[in-house]
Amino acid sequence: MHASLRLMTAAAALACLAGTAQAADKIKVGLLTTLSGPGSALGVDIRDGFELAVKHSGGQLGGLPAEVIVADDQMSPDAAKQTADRLLKREKVDFMTGIVFSNIMLAVGQPVFQSKTFYISANAGPSQYAGAQCNPYFFSASYQNDTIDEAAGKVVQARGFKKVALLAPNYPAGRDHLAGFKRFYEGEVVMEDYTQLNQLDYGAELSKLRASGADAVFVFLPGGLGVNFIKQFVGAGLNQEMKLFAPGFSADEDVIRAVGEPMLGIFNTSQWAHDMNNAANKRFVTDFEKEYGRLPTMYASQGYDAARLIDGAVRKAGGKVEDKAALRAALEAAPFESVRGAFKFDVNHYPVQSYYLREVVKDVKGRITNKLVGPVLENHADAYAGECKMPS
Amino acid sequence: MNGILVLEQLLNSLQFGLMLFLLAAGLTLVFGIMDMINLAHGSLYMIGAYLVATIAGASGSFWIGLAGGVAATALAGVLLECTVVRRLYRRDHLSQVLGTFAILLMANEGVRMIWGSQPIPMAMPAELSGPVELLPGFTYPAYRLFIIGAGLAVALLLYVLVTRTRMGMQVRAGASNREMAQAMGADVRRLFTALFAAGAGLCAVAGGLLGPLLAVQVGMGESILILAFVVIVIGGIGSIRGALLGALLVGLVDTAGRTVVPILFGMLMGPSAAATAGPAVASILIYVLMAAVLFWKPQGLFPVHG
Repeated sequence: MHASLRLMTAAAALACLAGTAQAADKIKVGLLTTLSGPGSALGVDIRDGFELAVKHSGGQLGGLPAEVIVADDQMSPDAAKQTADRLLKREKVDFMTGIVFSNIMLAVGQPVFQSKTFYISANAGPSQYAGAQCNPYFFSASYQNDTIDEAAGKVVQARGFKKVALLAPNYPAGRDHLAGFKRFYEGEVVMEDYTQLNQLDYGAELSKLRASGADAVFVFLPGGLGVNFIKQFVGAGLNQEMKLFAPGFSADEDVIRAVGEPMLGIFNTSQWAHDMNNAANKRFVTDFEKEYGRLPTMYASQGYDAARLIDGAVRKAGGKVEDKAALRAALEAAPFESVRGAFKFDVNHYPVQSYYLREVVKDVKGRITNKLVGPVLENHADAYAGECKMPS
Repeated sequence: MNGILVLEQLLNSLQFGLMLFLLAAGLTLVFGIMDMINLAHGSLYMIGAYLVATIAGASGSFWIGLAGGVAATALAGVLLECTVVRRLYRRDHLSQVLGTFAILLMANEGVRMIWGSQPIPMAMPAELSGPVELLPGFTYPAYRLFIIGAGLAVALLLYVLVTRTRMGMQVRAGASNREMAQAMGADVRRLFTALFAAGAGLCAVAGGLLGPLLAVQVGMGESILILAFVVIVIGGIGSIRGALLGALLVGLVDTAGRTVVPILFGMLMGPSAAATAGPAVASILIYVLMAAVLFWKPQGLFPVHG
């Protein structure tokens, strides 16, 4: 009895040791994202984009069979933390990805990094992880929050608007996004309001907007928040009094589907557009439409790229996901074709990439959708990278 | 700050307050008369919104949806009362809280199973989707005006029902002294069922009207239920008049908080501090109001029990 127990322990220890030296037999990814509530369309697109990429590589990531565990964070940091714990400790995932909202990212970040699991962001890009708190286990396959709005600020500035009103939810990303806008916009900010993250009625804010005398308004309101705001903005007749600008999130396909005609003519900024002309993107957009019957959003493109990044990095590391140093070096090299074109990582593991202006138009098929207008910022790095001393 | 902004915000607060009243009216009667804490009240609001949205979507008409949804939710209220809630009247408050909390959880999961966890779309009637010009240079969304009108109409109807009908008299008698009302021969059992159904119907009216403005989604009842409880605590439990005034007060304080507090903080502490502290303070203002009412008038502003 005693001997056999000892034997088994030894065998188990050997098996563990063997695990570190040999390539893993499969890749487990914990995709924790928002699948309920007003932000659910975003999480659904990240999930669908990610799963499409896995399908494109034959159900594998980096040449190993892929298992993607999808979980709902319910847009709640507490629920997200519990689920992340389960994914890390019980499921022992090799990668985590999928979080939409920055407040949830900041709640889940610590346990993920402590367990030395790589987090590949498919959306949330909080400034906290871009600067002094940058982390070797965090990689963004999306953008740093401020940057999308820096592009928007530049556009609003260039178009000669003198008085701008700003609106965003009161949470870390809301502050990042408006800070980014103000970094590149030099005119007067006549109103800057932060609403509660779960607020869906913008009656009071719209009244203030009308009274503010702004000639342009810039709102960062993702998902269902943007849907409600734009409907109510049009319902109040404010679209005749001021020009609406938004980051790509508030004027993407999910919002267009829900709002319809009133979206026409809205300018928005993004690191990606579905009509970008490169081979990877064409394949992605065509197959996404075929698979899901709708056009992909930025979120879907980021989910797709997150999976492509994992795929490329695991392959480059020879499938040895337990060798953290090798895997990190492979991730840093960004060995994949991004659907947004050129893509490389800065020291803080956020992308250095170009940002574009898009406009909501009716396309040749009569669909209301985004059209690429042109680049605004090229090979742009975020404002925090300088503060990051990435541990080696 | 100008006249138009003040006027517009008053309308906004009236709209919000009236919708809160529709929820609080049912809650306060059930609480005041049956001495029953019903945490599932918010679920009836959610179910109402889903039914209105579904029937409106299927029939293509917002109005058919509203009528059908309200009737169906009232029926759901009757079912709920006869099967579960009735058994909880004689239990203590803790059992009631636990029992109705279980209903709340089951309702959420049930809705998730039937309609999925993503919000379902609900369009406002096309004829009300634009702005109307009330005064020269002052436009206001037609749909919000309609909500105000509908809310006032329902409030008036309730007032007439409670003060001018036999059933209303029994309700008032029940609220001020339940045992005595029973002793005088009021059919309390039937009254309770009718009351519960009416409360459910009012929830559906609020859910259906707010659906196009907010979002029809799982869990939409919880956040508004908390506000409804604040309203009835402020107004005085069991009092319809208290519920109306409490709801209008909460609507006013909430809207004013979102408008005035950031301006005030901006003047006192500069824009960046205002951006940090303003929204936080604005969102707790109604709870401060509730605490103040509880401190000075623990029975609420319009206590029913003498």
